[in-house]
Amino acid sequence: MARNLGFLVVALLVLASSCESAIFSPVSDSHRSAALELFSPIDGSFGSLEETYEALQTFEVLGIEKKPDIRTSACASVVDTLQSTSSALKDLVHALRVNGILKCDLKNEAFRGIESRLKDSLNAANSLLDFYYSVGGLMLVKDQTSAVDVHLGDADKIFRSIKALSQSDGRWRLSSNNPESSNDAAGIALETLAGVISLASSEIDHSLIATLKNDIAKLFDGIEKYDDGTCYFDEKLVDARGHHGPLSASASVVRGITAFAAVTSESLNLPGEKILGLGKFFLGVGIPGSAKDLGSVPLILSLPATVLSVTKNDQLKVRVSTVLGSSAPPLSVKLMQIFVSGSKDASIIDQKLKFDPDNSVHVLEKLPSNVNVGNHIFSFEIVFDDPEHKKNYVTGGRTKVPIHVTGIIKIDNAEIAVLDSDLGSIETQKKLELPGENAVALSANHLQKLRLSFQLITPAGQAFKPHQAFLKLRHEGGVEHIFVVGNSGKKFEIVLDFLGLVEKFYYLSGRYEIQLTVGDSVMENSFLQPLGHIELDLPDAPEKAARPPPQPVDPYSRYGPKAEITHIFRAPDKRPPRELSLAFLGLVLLPFFGFLAGLVHLRANINNWPKSTVPATFASLFHVGIAAVLLLYALFWFKLDLFTTLKVLSLLGVFLMFVGHKTLSHLASTSAKLKSA
Amino acid sequence: MGRSATTKDAQALFQSLRSAYAATPNTLKIIDLYIVFAVVTAVIQVVYMAIVGSFPFNSFLSGVLSCVGTAVLAVSLRIQVNKENKEFKDLPPERAFADFVLCNLVLHLVIMNFLG
Repeated sequence: MARNLGFLVVALLVLASSCESAIFSPVSDSHRSAALELFSPIDGSFGSLEETYEALQTFEVLGIEKKPDIRTSACASVVDTLQSTSSALKDLVHALRVNGILKCDLKNEAFRGIESRLKDSLNAANSLLDFYYSVGGLMLVKDQTSAVDVHLGDADKIFRSIKALSQSDGRWRLSSNNPESSNDAAGIALETLAGVISLASSEIDHSLIATLKNDIAKLFDGIEKYDDGTCYFDEKLVDARGHHGPLSASASVVRGITAFAAVTSESLNLPGEKILGLGKFFLGVGIPGSAKDLGSVPLILSLPATVLSVTKNDQLKVRVSTVLGSSAPPLSVKLMQIFVSGSKDASIIDQKLKFDPDNSVHVLEKLPSNVNVGNHIFSFEIVFDDPEHKKNYVTGGRTKVPIHVTGIIKIDNAEIAVLDSDLGSIETQKKLELPGENAVALSANHLQKLRLSFQLITPAGQAFKPHQAFLKLRHEGGVEHIFVVGNSGKKFEIVLDFLGLVEKFYYLSGRYEIQLTVGDSVMENSFLQPLGHIELDLPDAPEKAARPPPQPVDPYSRYGPKAEITHIFRAPDKRPPRELSLAFLGLVLLPFFGFLAGLVHLRANINNWPKSTVPATFASLFHVGIAAVLLLYALFWFKLDLFTTLKVLSLLGVFLMFVGHKTLSHLASTSAKLKSA
Repeated sequence: MGRSATTKDAQALFQSLRSAYAATPNTLKIIDLYIVFAVVTAVIQVVYMAIVGSFPFNSFLSGVLSCVGTAVLAVSLRIQVNKENKEFKDLPPERAFADFVLCNLVLHLVIMNFLG
């Protein structure tokens, strides 16, 4: 699982960042930048040796030049692992792999020690993975140093033990205890066996290699296929290492076959279309896979633009390259057939495209004359200049590409007329310029008909049926009516019989704006045009007729200023004339003076005013207090509010109570004294 | 004949009332004068309202009620201060006067608030 993690994650990231299309493009900068983003070192190292190896491997395969510098920490880790005697087999192999890429400084003694350890584990191996890591480690040691002898004396025996784990359908089991087989294990086994073959000190029995080739052929029989020609190896069972999915299984098998093909001198005779299908599969999930040394290099045909305009005379451009984006050998592309989508029509073209070496594209300068606007499928075939290349490159036969051809549609014989019903005689007829500016002014009553007709012609001169052809009549009050313009094969025509439409129009007479809409995805000049207006004279609505639906109120008017409100105030009450009020003011004060006069008459006096100082002060304070309260009331009426008044009143009241009590008690005591005396 | 008798009787009645009234103590006479003053003021206000209309009505009420209220308080003072009144024998007149002043102040606070 670990060794496929890198590829899996890269594939997922690139899948997320690029959109899938049936048209495959080779490796590009987006793949490379995605890989750089994914594999970014933390503190100068990638963590485990396994991750370091995956990162370096990915950078190498994608051809990324600018790599992050992790050499020092990685090399230190490598040396540590290789020299320690307690490292696991897997770690040894990862360390050797990293060393293979980074070429750290390792002494020969270290290699000897590793070699003896690996040979020991090989002799003691009993599961596929043990064989895999031991043989893999020995292969790496062989690549990295010549000072150590890694050859296997008993290669035959090892070969047979690994072969014992195979099954009749071409797949392998991971160990003799585990009955489940998988494609992933098959890939691992093939790789291991290839390693054994290359490490063998003496020639391995030829019959063994022949049986292995049969196994590979059987494996390819079990390949899965998609409709567009993509092939992949799928895993049906979940094994102890977890479910991997088609990507890792396919990658594993391809790696195994590559390794095997490298060590045998004979050709493998693998079915070419399946190889191409595998290449497409890896491209489809966004990684180039290990197809570079597969023996047959798949060639990908891609188109930078699939929408062509007939009117603008766009040229069809085709690019052929390998999966990794490098250029193809000299070849030519032929356009074989053109199918029209949605119909069984197919025209056979068999035209060679011209090669433009500056841009390395194949160009079809002029589209065949019978190509109409619409959706087509173009079928291409690749023909090699040198027939030898056919052995090394796989083209996959005919490649079908959907092409969308657009063009400017001509509108002919457009005219609008008002006809008298029954007789069909024309009252007014106007010619229209479509899609130009028009402003016809017609008038009709409910006994007449409106007829609009036009023809649509493609650049190839054929009749055209668009997706949309609508006629809209809009009343000045906002009510709209939409009609579909029907076509009779050659002509588009609509006749509005107002006698039947009177009720539909809600009996609204008046001015109707006419608007025509014609549109289609292949029509470059789709239009929505006002044609003019028609004054309709319809009879009055009867009692029971439906009212036109209320038109939506302009939503912004809700927030605009509202109508001005004129307030109606109550008429103010009549006030009396000033002089009268003043007269009465004087009159009201008269009784007061009368009161004072009466007091004088009664000889009222203040003889009882206390003579001694203290009571006198209290008495005067009492009167002052009363006067203060009355003054407070006057102020209250003029300007103060109740709360302030009450606050001050409470204070004055307390004061008044005190002085009043003093004064009156003094008076009471004096009068009591007088009485007793 | 009857008419002169009635007028004579009325005059006689009036004279006796007058002489009886002269016997009242001076303090009571002052209080009576005050009451008359308050009532006359109230009457003038009513006449004014009858002429010019009752707007603003609260002011009219306030004015009239202040006069009437103070007259009522004065009447109660007179009752309490009157020595011939056996009911209030033990109540010192200063205390009655203090009540009168206090009630008047409260009345006038309400009046001023209602005057508007």
